[in-house]
Amino acid sequence: MKRLFLLLLSMMKIGLFTFGGGYAMIPLLENEFVSKRGWIGEDEFFDMVAVSESTPGPIAVNMATYVGYRVGGIVGTILGTVGIVLPSFSVIFLISLFFSRFVSVAWVAAAFRGIRIAVVFLIFSAAWRLFKKLPKKPFPLILFSAVALASVALSLFGFAFSSVWFILIGAGVGLAAYLFALLSRKDEGEEGKK
Amino acid sequence: MILLQLFLTFLKIGAVAFGGGYVMIPLMRDECLANGWLSDGELLDFIAVSESTPGPIAVNMATFVGSSQAGILGALVATLGVILPSFFVILLVAAALRRLLRYRGTRAVLSGIRPVVVALILSTATTLFLLLVFGIGTVGDPLVFSLPGLSLFVFLFAAALLWRRLRGRPISPIFLILFSGVAGIVLFL
Repeated sequence: MKRLFLLLLSMMKIGLFTFGGGYAMIPLLENEFVSKRGWIGEDEFFDMVAVSESTPGPIAVNMATYVGYRVGGIVGTILGTVGIVLPSFSVIFLISLFFSRFVSVAWVAAAFRGIRIAVVFLIFSAAWRLFKKLPKKPFPLILFSAVALASVALSLFGFAFSSVWFILIGAGVGLAAYLFALLSRKDEGEEGKK
Repeated sequence: MILLQLFLTFLKIGAVAFGGGYVMIPLMRDECLANGWLSDGELLDFIAVSESTPGPIAVNMATFVGSSQAGILGALVATLGVILPSFFVILLVAAALRRLLRYRGTRAVLSGIRPVVVALILSTATTLFLLLVFGIGTVGDPLVFSLPGLSLFVFLFAAALLWRRLRGRPISPIFLILFSGVAGIVLFL
């Protein structure tokens, strides 16, 4: 019981004090649950990071859900998720109440014209950060270039084509490439690896 | 009705956003434009606020969009929608499929998704850049070049690069947002 309560409090504290989300939360979670409380082993924690990066959804939420499960089963899972989301939910909801009136003030509107430029720059740098992590092999690079070109072109010519489809196509292409490699290897008669 | 639409839209976004954070932005842009919930400008404002407040950016965006369309209930259902897929997938992995990531099939699917996701973020950044700096949303729009906009962008780029070189770590996004807000007042008021 005390453990669950501590879990909720720790998650809320982390949710309230991490700006920038996702990756900024990982060191805080590690400090809280691995170093300080020792509820999760070092190796397992890094395993959790890998899982959170490879499953859909915000990394911070995935991590909190996973940590919650390990600390307190299904109840812990719910507390972990709610704890990490609740502080930002409250802050953003309060802001959203007066935001539209706030941005209609002339100098605020001018400030946000500048801020929009900064946000576009931040999106570019996020793309660059993730691009550096892609394996520099023909398959990912060709897929990357094809989708980037297709997606910019579709948007410039005014076609509405949801990114969801691109992601599903990517999943299909990845799986097809793997099955193709598997089949052609079988044809050559070397069935070695599973 | 709007509540159900918000919930399902964010559920869909949460279910396919592999990699979290900025991966959500192309998805949210598509969905919010298609539903007429936000303009590109409002989307960028919301991202700025989500980035400058605590918490995961995807959750913040969901709360913000939900609240702007349908008040507190909208905020609740949109936030719930965006986190539910994570919740169930992680629960499944933690409880039963600890070895999921070791399967070659899973890794193959992810190896196809990763390049696509990066390409989508780059494409969103490019589209928004063309819109803000050159006024071009679709081919055929008249060119409305914004010299202050381009100057600010180039300045931010140079400053971020220089900071990285001198301090060895990336410049804080919140600092960039605050600086650009002041620059915006000077340039555009």
